Amino acid sequence: MTRKIYPFYFIAIALGIYIIFTVVPSLMGIYLSFTDWNSYSREIHFIGLDNFKTIFSSNENYMHGINNTVIFTISTIILKTMIGLLLAILVNKGIRLKNFHRVILFLPAIIPMLVVGIIFKSIFNPEYGLINETLRAIGLDQWTQHWLTDVNWAFKSIIAVDVWKGAGYIMVILLAGIQAISHSYYEAADIDGAGAWKKFRFITVPLLMPALMVTTVLNLLYGLKIFDTVYVLTNGGPGYATDVVYTQVFGQFTLGSYGVGTALITVLFLIMSILGYFAIKLMSREEQNG
Amino acid sequence: MNRNKATKRLVQNITIWIISLIAITPILLIVINAFKTAPEASSMNFSLPHLFQFENFSTVIEKGKLVRSFVNSVSYSGLSSLLCILVSATAAFALARNKIKFNRFLYFFIIMGIALPLNYFTLIDVMKWTQLMNTKTGIIVLYSVTQIPFSIFILYGFIGGVPRELDEAGIIDGCGPKRLFFSVIFPVLRPAAVTVFILSFLNTWNEFLLPLYYLNSADKWPMTLAVYNFFGQFQQSWNLVSADIILTILPVVIVYLLGQRFIISGMTSGSVKG
Repeated sequence: MTRKIYPFYFIAIALGIYIIFTVVPSLMGIYLSFTDWNSYSREIHFIGLDNFKTIFSSNENYMHGINNTVIFTISTIILKTMIGLLLAILVNKGIRLKNFHRVILFLPAIIPMLVVGIIFKSIFNPEYGLINETLRAIGLDQWTQHWLTDVNWAFKSIIAVDVWKGAGYIMVILLAGIQAISHSYYEAADIDGAGAWKKFRFITVPLLMPALMVTTVLNLLYGLKIFDTVYVLTNGGPGYATDVVYTQVFGQFTLGSYGVGTALITVLFLIMSILGYFAIKLMSREEQNG
Repeated sequence: MNRNKATKRLVQNITIWIISLIAITPILLIVINAFKTAPEASSMNFSLPHLFQFENFSTVIEKGKLVRSFVNSVSYSGLSSLLCILVSATAAFALARNKIKFNRFLYFFIIMGIALPLNYFTLIDVMKWTQLMNTKTGIIVLYSVTQIPFSIFILYGFIGGVPRELDEAGIIDGCGPKRLFFSVIFPVLRPAAVTVFILSFLNTWNEFLLPLYYLNSADKWPMTLAVYNFFGQFQQSWNLVSADIILTILPVVIVYLLGQRFIISGMTSGSVKG
């Protein structure tokens, strides 16, 4: 009976195109990462673990890209969570024009990254850009920098842009979490004479833990796959200073050495499968409780 | 005590204004400079234009071939989101209602797609086999595929809250599976479907990698790529680049302002980035 009302062909189209366009390429990728597949010759030879040795060898730049990806992921998790939490608390209550601020703060999240990249290229411009001009105007000339071309600043600038774009998104999720906390806890704390900090520390943070877990997982999955922010701002430069895994993947793509590129994706695929497994278990559980 | 509270309020209000200003400044900067002449905009700052140059927009529409790329973007995002809703809603319905072990596995298998990276290299081969390489249809199909896992995740959760009695009533009235879904269930799913549509529309509107690698000619490009290309050609004319940017983000900003409620409910129920 149920089989008849909820037929398999309802699932079949979604499942079919999902398998053809994502699962099949991933499995092919795992196989081809053990080969010397490239764009110049038709023949493909099995070369064992050579591509992976290349990736993890210290003579090449790939470890640097992996390293940068990890730095990017950890710093955006910390910054977006802290700023997002601060914003969520601020726009929750006690300020005027709450909805106006919520709309504004989320706005950067919907602007296409390519466009954000162009805008910030102007803002970061060392001669006429908004940041350096402002610094000069208030007499802080020594603070002006070549934000995107100085090795010491380029990666930090990229992280700053990504936090600018992403903090509002985290705010929205945490705000929903805060609003779900019952007022009675705070009233009880008031009776006990707890101050604002104690209420934050002992009520808000513990009860917000599920939402904080979700945002951390989201930032983690996003950070490890980071590509567009780096691509539009520096494309890995100056030199290789700001390369991340995905810009290297696309570097290989343009060079035509598909074997190494696909091996890089395979490494990422394995890491993301494990993380994704736990992430999805976690989120499906939140769903049932919430 | 009261005075303390007033100061606290003031500090809060000032803090949020500062942060909101930081969030909006880059966008305002673009808006102001879009109305300037090229020399005025050569240093992008907040000085007001002497005379508002509305013709910047018509120049950009013509030189940036914006009409063509706008039509492309609308058809990519619109059609792929529709396709995505259709296949995801039916699949989520069958998966959520008939929770046999195999279907639970399928659900998990599909939503793992939220986390997993696409393999852009081998996807080329698949695109060639399916004859979709360098075609608009190919991009529409790929965009739907990238949005399916997340859409099924949201719709599956929503269908869990739709009473089964509806299905039974439909069956007693003699509905087959298709009629049951389209005339009884889908209307109930509308809020979730709108959320899914808007989120997948915004995500695909902002995406640029798939067209960059799987479309070979500029006349098939969506707006984001067109604006990037325009930036490459007219780097010196920041006024035109700004005007082009405004026209590119205007559709998403409008969709956002109109659909805000749905976007936020979708994100917080699913809490996942597409």
